[in-house]
Amino acid sequence: MTLNEICHWIDQTALSQSIQAAGWVVPTVQTIHILGIAVVASSALMIDLRLIGVFWANRPVEAVKARFLPLIWWPLLLLLATGIIMITAEPARSLKNPAFQLKMGLLIAALIVTWLFQFLHRRNAAFGDVTGPRAAAVTLAIVSILLWSSIIFAGRWIAYFA
Amino acid sequence: MEIEQALEWLQSTPIAIMVAENDVLFPWIESVHVLAIVIVVGTISIVDLRLLGIASLDISARRLMRDVIPYTWGAFAVAAITGSLMFSSDATHYAHNRLFQIKLVMLALAGLNMAVFHFFSERDIERWDAPGATTPMAAKAAATISLLAWIAVVSLGRGTGFTMH
Repeated sequence: MTLNEICHWIDQTALSQSIQAAGWVVPTVQTIHILGIAVVASSALMIDLRLIGVFWANRPVEAVKARFLPLIWWPLLLLLATGIIMITAEPARSLKNPAFQLKMGLLIAALIVTWLFQFLHRRNAAFGDVTGPRAAAVTLAIVSILLWSSIIFAGRWIAYFA
Repeated sequence: MEIEQALEWLQSTPIAIMVAENDVLFPWIESVHVLAIVIVVGTISIVDLRLLGIASLDISARRLMRDVIPYTWGAFAVAAITGSLMFSSDATHYAHNRLFQIKLVMLALAGLNMAVFHFFSERDIERWDAPGATTPMAAKAAATISLLAWIAVVSLGRGTGFTMH
């Protein structure tokens, strides 16, 4: 099945047709999606700034991790749900869009980096502290910031490649 | 009408024309705008949820605000600059867009709310931020208004994009 055929099939489903007919759904879902991104991106930023050492440097990484990691993983479910609704409503505009495809690639990378942080900190409780591997922690944090920022950029650029 | 003349002058300035006519510049400015808003809303929510007693209860509200809000302000400055650049590129149309007008009202409300909180509730924060004390209703009201106003700003911003021709 080609991508074109998949998009066409989705577009013809009753669900897709009814979402397309109700003009308020996509803008509302987009707004919820943006609010979800606000929580995820800001939470990731707080953790990353802690790893760099400019935010809450006097608090253990464990405390910052415990506070903000759930605010990354749980809202991601909301983003997935709203994302699926938007893809269902406009399959070609998303699935065939190079900005969307880039965004998905970047998202996978960001999720891997987030998981990697959890893995490294579980293995070494000093990860992110001055006594731990500084270069690795700072690098991971900067990569994370760049990835999440790029994801937000790519999300906006979907409209320009549509 | 003076406002119309001012708007027309604004969108005829060189920088406004550059933003309007450059195919790459506007999307980049807009993307930075979205990123900035994301940080504003995310960080403000951390503070608001603390004041509402929903999250971060183990940290004093005062410390949380002191540590987080500088980032809110930094991101807001970027949002304001990028927003102004975009506005200037098509000032008359944005000014006449109903959703954009309401967005500005919501922004003003958020700012006013923050000022009222700062000058009233925050004055005696040492009293109500002590362990065991409860956050006063005025502070909780400010936090609620803040969340609602910013959700409205995001929604209306998205709506403006849909209704600009």
